[in-house]
Amino acid sequence: MGLPEDQPNLLRPGHSACAGCGLAIGMKLVLQAMGPKTIAVIVPSCEGAIGGVYPNTSYGVPTFHSAFEIAAPTAAGIANALKILGKEEIQVVAFAGDGGTFDIGLQSLSGVAKNNDDILYVCLDNEAYMNTGIQVSSATPSFAWTGTTPRGNPGRKKNIMEIMAAHYNPYSATATIGFPQDLQHKIVKAKGIRGTKFIHLLVPCPTGWRTPPDLSPELSILSVETNIFPLYEVEEGRKYTINHEPRALPVQEYLLRQGRFKHLTKEQIQQIQMEVDEEWEKLKNRARKSFGRRKRGVS
Amino acid sequence: MREFITGNEAVAHAVKLCRTPLIAAYPITPQTGIYEKLSEWEASGELKGMMMRTESEHSAMASCISASLTGVRTFTATSSQGLALMHEMLHFAAGCRVPVVMANVNRLLAAPWGFWADQLDSLSQRDTGWIQFYCENGQEALDTVIQSYRIAEQVYLPAMVCLEAFFVSHFMEPVDIPEQEEVDLFLPPFSLPHKFDIERPGFFVPVVPSELYRKYKQMAQASMDSVKEVSLRVDQEFKKMFGRGYGIIEPIMLEDAEVVIVTACSITSTARITIKRLREGGKKVGLLKIRLFRPFPVEAIQNTLKGKRKIAVIDRNLSLGGGGIFCQELRAGMVHSSDHPLIYSYIAGVGGTDVTPEVIEKIAFDATRRNEPSDPPIWVMEE
Repeated sequence: MGLPEDQPNLLRPGHSACAGCGLAIGMKLVLQAMGPKTIAVIVPSCEGAIGGVYPNTSYGVPTFHSAFEIAAPTAAGIANALKILGKEEIQVVAFAGDGGTFDIGLQSLSGVAKNNDDILYVCLDNEAYMNTGIQVSSATPSFAWTGTTPRGNPGRKKNIMEIMAAHYNPYSATATIGFPQDLQHKIVKAKGIRGTKFIHLLVPCPTGWRTPPDLSPELSILSVETNIFPLYEVEEGRKYTINHEPRALPVQEYLLRQGRFKHLTKEQIQQIQMEVDEEWEKLKNRARKSFGRRKRGVS
Repeated sequence: MREFITGNEAVAHAVKLCRTPLIAAYPITPQTGIYEKLSEWEASGELKGMMMRTESEHSAMASCISASLTGVRTFTATSSQGLALMHEMLHFAAGCRVPVVMANVNRLLAAPWGFWADQLDSLSQRDTGWIQFYCENGQEALDTVIQSYRIAEQVYLPAMVCLEAFFVSHFMEPVDIPEQEEVDLFLPPFSLPHKFDIERPGFFVPVVPSELYRKYKQMAQASMDSVKEVSLRVDQEFKKMFGRGYGIIEPIMLEDAEVVIVTACSITSTARITIKRLREGGKKVGLLKIRLFRPFPVEAIQNTLKGKRKIAVIDRNLSLGGGGIFCQELRAGMVHSSDHPLIYSYIAGVGGTDVTPEVIEKIAFDATRRNEPSDPPIWVMEE
C-alpha cells in the first residue's frame, strides 16, 4: 500500500456539504486512509446531509446511517459480527459529531470503550449542533456565540480526550484538517491496533463559526499553533505523545478571525489564554512523564 | 430431554439451540436469569457465540440491528424500563427489516416501582413494528423463541417473545428441551438479502422523500400481515417435528359457550382449570387464548367467535384513559361482526396481583349477569 493520499477518494464529489466544510474534508481524509475494506457508521448530523438523499449517495464504502446516540455500539455490533464471520480484515469506522459524542452519545461510547470493541471512532468536532442550525453543545468553547447562547457560551468545553483516557483504551489522538498527513498517519496507525481507537478531529464550520469558506484550513492550523487544540496521542490512557511543537501564538490570532467570537471582551480573551496555557502545561507534563516518549515529525 | 427449569432458563436454552452467535444484553430484573445463563454457557464454551455486555438496553438493540445487517443471527432480552429505554431502537429495527429476536419479561413500568407481572411494557410497544407473541409457560416460551427465528427470518421483521415476570420467568416447571439436530433441521442458517457488502457498497437508511417513506410502510404492512399465515404454517411444522403446537389463538370449549373468556399469558392456565370447574357446575363458559398479538389475528378471532353473544376480556394491563389493551384490540377487530357481541373489559392482575380461579369465576358470573353494553373497564379484585 502506498501513501494514503494516493488511495482512491471514498467520499465522492457532488456531496451536499457547505462550501469550506471542514467535516467533509475530514471524512474524506479518514475514509481515504481507511481504504475500501471498511464499513462506516454515521449518525444524524451533517454526515447524513453529506450522504445525500436517496437514491444518491456520496459514500464509497458500505455506510449505515444509524440513530443519533449510538454510533459506537452500532459500529461495535458490526465489528463483532465480522469477527464471528471471520472477516476481520474489514474494519469499522464510526463517525459522530460533537453533539453525538460529547453529549448524547457519550454513554454508549463509554460502554464500547470499556468493552474495548474493535472499532475506530472519529468525533468530527465542529463545536456546536451545526446540522440543526448552530446550537450549543458540550464541545462549544467558552464565550462562543451559538443560536442558544446568544450572549456567548457560559460553559467550558469538555475535555473529551481525558474522558477517553480514563477508559484506558489502546489509542486516542487529536487531529485537525490543517494537518492532513498527521491525520492520515494517525488513521493508519489506528488501523493497526485492535480495540477501541478514538480520534478527536477538529473540523472548522464556516456556517457556524461565522467565517469565510476559504479560511477553514488556516483556522485549523491556527487552532494548533495557538495551543487551543494541541496535536497529541494517548495510548492505554497513560502514554502521552505531543505530535507537533506549536508556535504558541496568542489565542486572539485564532479567536478574532471568527464571527462567533467577535463580541469577546479583553477579559474574556485573557481568561481563554489563561485556560489554554494551563491545559498546555498539564499536557506537557503528562507527555514528559510518559516513558518512551517519541516525537514524530509532521508536516 | 426433560428438565425442571425456570422460564428464563427455557428461553436461554432456545437461544443456544438456535445457534445465535451474537447476544447483546443489559441486566434488568426479572430478565437477568436469561443473560446470566447465556453468559455461563459463553464462558463454558457451550454457547458458540459472543456476548456483548452493553451499557444500556438501547445500545444492546443498536448492536443487534447492526450485527444482523452484517449477517449474523442476534438476540437480546429485557424487561419493563429496559424495553421502554429501547423504544427508539424498536422502531429502527423494524424499519431496517432485521429479524432480531428478543425475549421480554413482562414487568410493570414505574412509577411507582415494582418488579411484578404486567403487560403494559410490551403492549405499549405495539406500534413499533415488532411481531409479538405472549406465552403461557416456560415450554411455550422456549418453543416460541425457536419459532420466532423461523418467522422473523422469513418476513424480515423483528419478533418479541413475551413471558410474565415471576409467574413464568422464575417459576420452575418440567420443560422438554429439543435435540440440537432437530432444531438444526427446523431452523435453516441465517441469511439476509440485505447486508453490508464491501464489494457492493451501499448506503443503508438514507433520507427518503415522503412518497418513498409511505411506500416503504405499505410494504412493511404487507409483510406484517403475512405473519399470521406464516406463523400458523411454522407452528404446524413445529408440531410435526416436536409434537407441540399452539396456533396463533387457541379456542377452548367454545362450541356451546354463552360466555367466552379471553386471556393471554399465564392467566390462561388458571382459566383452563376454572372453566372446567364452571362447566361441571353447569355454566356454559368457554375460553379463547390469544398468543399472537402483533399482527393481531383479526380474521381468526372473528371466525372463532362467530355466533358468540358475550365476550369477557381479561387484561393484566391498563392503558390509562383507554382500558385493557387486549380488549381494545378485540373490540376493534369485532366491530364488523354481524353478531354484535357484547364485549366487556375486565382489569385483573394489574401490578402482578394474583388472578385466582375465584377472580376468573367472578368475571364469568359478572358477564353472565350483564345484558347491556358497557364501555369502561371493570376492575375485578380478589376477596
